[in-house]
Amino acid sequence: MTTTLPAYDEVVARWEPVIGLETHVELGTNTKMWCGCPTDFGGEPNTRVCPVCLGLPGSLPVANKAAIEATIRIGLALNCSIAEWCRFARKNYFYPDMPKNFQISQYDEPLCFDGYLDVEVNGELVRIGIERVHLEEDTGKTLHVGGATGRIHGATESLVDYNRAGIPLVEIVTKPIPGTGALAPEVARAYVAELRDVIRSLGVSDVRMEEGSLRCDVNTSLNRPGEEWGTRTETKNVNSLRSVERAVRSEMLRQASVLDAGGRITQETRHFHEDTGDTTPGRSKETATDYRYFPEPDLVPLAPDTAWVAELKAALPELPRLRRKRIQQDWGLSDLDMQSVVNAGAVELIEATVAAGATPAAARKWWLGELSRRANETGVELADVGATPAQVAELQGLVDAGKLNDKLARTVLEGVVAGEGSPTEIMTNRNLEVVSDTGALTAAVDEAIAANPDVADKVRSGKVAAAGALVGAVMKTTRGQADAKTVRELILERLGA
Amino acid sequence: MAAISREEVAHLARLSRLAVTEEELDTFAGQLDVILQSVAQVGEVAAADIPPTSHSVPLTNVLREDVVTPSLTPQEVLSGAPDAEEQRFRVPRILDEDVAS
Repeated sequence: MTTTLPAYDEVVARWEPVIGLETHVELGTNTKMWCGCPTDFGGEPNTRVCPVCLGLPGSLPVANKAAIEATIRIGLALNCSIAEWCRFARKNYFYPDMPKNFQISQYDEPLCFDGYLDVEVNGELVRIGIERVHLEEDTGKTLHVGGATGRIHGATESLVDYNRAGIPLVEIVTKPIPGTGALAPEVARAYVAELRDVIRSLGVSDVRMEEGSLRCDVNTSLNRPGEEWGTRTETKNVNSLRSVERAVRSEMLRQASVLDAGGRITQETRHFHEDTGDTTPGRSKETATDYRYFPEPDLVPLAPDTAWVAELKAALPELPRLRRKRIQQDWGLSDLDMQSVVNAGAVELIEATVAAGATPAAARKWWLGELSRRANETGVELADVGATPAQVAELQGLVDAGKLNDKLARTVLEGVVAGEGSPTEIMTNRNLEVVSDTGALTAAVDEAIAANPDVADKVRSGKVAAAGALVGAVMKTTRGQADAKTVRELILERLGA
Repeated sequence: MAAISREEVAHLARLSRLAVTEEELDTFAGQLDVILQSVAQVGEVAAADIPPTSHSVPLTNVLREDVVTPSLTPQEVLSGAPDAEEQRFRVPRILDEDVAS
């Protein structure tokens, strides 16, 4: 289809969006949900699999206490009620990503329900209702082979690795979110970002969208102002914060163009494509699989003890939004500066760098400057850029002590990122320390004056600004290892200016 | 009235990917009906003071600690597979089906 899409501001003038988000989070437990197989990422295919994962006859699942606890903590952090009694359910379907031919999930009795998460969008607080938080197991990974393209449409066979099958997966479902108007895409993004931060602060998952430990499905519908909500579509495969925003926006535009032309929206699953930013239709909900849910007979019900829940609640960490407020005040940052720190994913890193002895301003400078640039270039998260908060604090310590100037510090930081060792080691090994030996500096200054007599005369006659050329010459002979301010003072002193 | 219709049996057969003939549908619908009606008798004797249950043992919170135990070797894992390739289970492609989660 090559229909021209309407302009976004015209769409939101005519249509009101209702969005909803379903997020899946892989928990960072040591073992799977129902067995003791390890959950570490990236193992050889089918090396973290046992009779329980395979659903072999005679095997029985036993729930992982740490996963239950993590789910309750997520529920509490999202202001949910915790079920006093609930059961797991069997979701039956025909697809080889689960060897059992069913997935153990929760159906009408979620572990946590009816909460909310406050999200800041453009300085305004938006309360997102949480419908439920439930626990299930992740599926295996299928690789489609055969045919010419290697894609599912051309494939004739699937190869399945069950290492991921059975890893605890928490599903968090929002209530429908009406009333956000033109901001709907940003609200969706802000919600997922905030949810990610909350879960990260709980330490129950590494919540990395690019590695699939946080995955998002986005529901979108449009209705005319004052009328009933429209038919919704569910967009899957939305795997970055930017994509969440783009997927909502693109689906709003697409639906508006269909509705404006007098068409109907089909309730269906759509797939988001990172490259084009478009969605394409998948399976239609009208022929949706009948999952035949029933209570899982191999697992007994869960009845979280109120004392246990109270204990977990008391031990919740300070939640990210409140923590950010506190930090912003402590660091004396403007809203805009704080926003850039948050967007760069640098809050924890800067906090740790400050704890290691740097000033907030210096810590922020390194993390948002050199290190953010480096992370962007190499396409990694800031936390994985190769430098630790302790190293950044050490580097700044060397600058503060006058051993490194800004340029040398950046060279040392490159060495740190390249894994050459600590800043002090790199400075020493690569002989990068600022030349503080006044004898050597004086010699370099005299040399520069002798080589540039015209410039020297200008300075002598009072044109102090001309000294810059001499400073440059000295910096060149000392390979940048002199402190420019000292050099300048020395030149002015020699020339009596 | 029958507890399960012929159409419901056909639907279940399709969901289970079972090829069932027209004659078999009649047979199975009749047999399943007998089973369902027999089970339904439990409901008739259960008084109002007996809550419905899905489990025969009155247990809750059977949990295990988050401690790693050995997995099978890939050879063991794949020993029951109909076919394998690249240390993975090899199965016919399934198209246009929902994926769980």
